[in-house]
Amino acid sequence: MTRALPYLVPALAGVLALAAWQWSVRAFGVSPIVLAAPSDIAAAYAANYETLAAALWFTLKITLMAFALATAAGVALAVVFSQSRTIEYALYPYAVVLQVTPVVAIAPLLLIWIGYDNVNEVLVVLAWIIAFFTVLSNTITGLRSTDHNLIDLMKLYGASRWQVLWRLQLPGALPYILTGMKISGGLALIGAVTAEFVAGSGNDLGLGWVITLAGRSNDTAEEFAALSLLSILGILILFAMTALEWALLHRWHESALKREG
Amino acid sequence: MSGGPLLSLSGIAKRFASGTQAIARVDLDVAEGTFLSLVGPSGCGKSTALRIIAGLLKPDAGTVSFPSGRPEMGFVFQEPTLMPWATVLGNARLPLDLKGVPKSESNDRAARALTRVGLGGFETAYPRELSGGMKMRVSIARAIAAEPKLLLMDEPFAALDELTRQALNDDLLKLKDEDALTVIFVTHSVYESTYLSSRVVVMTPRPGRVAADIALSPPPARDETYRLTPQFMRDAGTVSAALKGAMAS
Repeated sequence: MTRALPYLVPALAGVLALAAWQWSVRAFGVSPIVLAAPSDIAAAYAANYETLAAALWFTLKITLMAFALATAAGVALAVVFSQSRTIEYALYPYAVVLQVTPVVAIAPLLLIWIGYDNVNEVLVVLAWIIAFFTVLSNTITGLRSTDHNLIDLMKLYGASRWQVLWRLQLPGALPYILTGMKISGGLALIGAVTAEFVAGSGNDLGLGWVITLAGRSNDTAEEFAALSLLSILGILILFAMTALEWALLHRWHESALKREG
Repeated sequence: MSGGPLLSLSGIAKRFASGTQAIARVDLDVAEGTFLSLVGPSGCGKSTALRIIAGLLKPDAGTVSFPSGRPEMGFVFQEPTLMPWATVLGNARLPLDLKGVPKSESNDRAARALTRVGLGGFETAYPRELSGGMKMRVSIARAIAAEPKLLLMDEPFAALDELTRQALNDDLLKLKDEDALTVIFVTHSVYESTYLSSRVVVMTPRPGRVAADIALSPPPARDETYRLTPQFMRDAGTVSAALKGAMAS
């Protein structure tokens, strides 16, 4: 019972909130344009099932591609920085510039450069830019947190730079990399949707564009339906990352330990 | 036990980038088979000297030489300095892995080293599952796994409780005898150095110099009762007086 409590309590709270929502919309006669009742949203799901499923799939694809690129580029660049201070000094400020520039402002440029015919690639690049920096900065911190005595010990035994990196720095940085990835996964989703708002969807239809279109036609129920799918997607990404973190760290890292006694 | 000098320091000096003169003109010959303790107040450059011997720091002046060739070395830090993501066996195997010893052989040798420090059966445990004393034993097993001739230890037992420390002192003496090790042991404990050493070198506060060089002859086989003998009291008194003298200089 106590084990199920952390799941039961929020589930119950959710059901109660839905019931209260449903009741107030009907009781106060709220316009469906302002706020759709849960039953209307359920109906919108049923009516637009195929559109929504296709849009969900499309947004998921963009998100996962951006996330994979962000992780690969973030870790790779951090490794390069850890090997050469000069390169770090040369490039890091520009990585920060990329991070602090609002991505919306780059979208029109990217559309021109990458082409209006390749909107999907523009979406991936925009979402990648949003998701990339957190992996980079977390990995840099992780690689720098290596125990200096262990590095000395490895030098005493004649270890090469690659042995130090591979056997010591990367495994030690793993908890940091995974934390970065956890945040980055959510950011990739936010990036994928935001990118669609500003760049459109091309020939395909993602959840961001579904929300835009539903908004234009005052179909609030469909907006809510798409929105709830985004929440579910975000939660699934977070769960997947938490599971990966547990699988890789639970044997040895403090963050993944259960308290005993 | 003793032959020619295994290692020879001459005119060693080291100043850090911050401008602090850590050690100034240290000369020291260490014969093979010696258990030498470096004793001194905090910040007298004991650890710096140890790192220079290990080749981890370059001295500003002077030379470190090994007349009969650079021996295989093991290093034990004050902290256990283990890789938390690796098992006990994986940690003990590290020096052998880095030297490219085939895995079947390195597993055997690391497991044997662990058995020798009393950790047989803990091969698959992770460091977080061990007590402080056991972690230090893993650290020692790692140091002896590569069969060093020279063992360098930087206040290895300073953070342990008295009983654990005593047990590890005795185990260390046993390992030293069995493997005919030369040990250079940094400590700030007069009693620990007196108990363990055949030679105690006392250093002055920063910048570190050799203030006293004391030869001791403890009985080859000893246990904690040795700490109650007149010989131990007298030796500890000598080391203590030399340390006081060094602090005043």
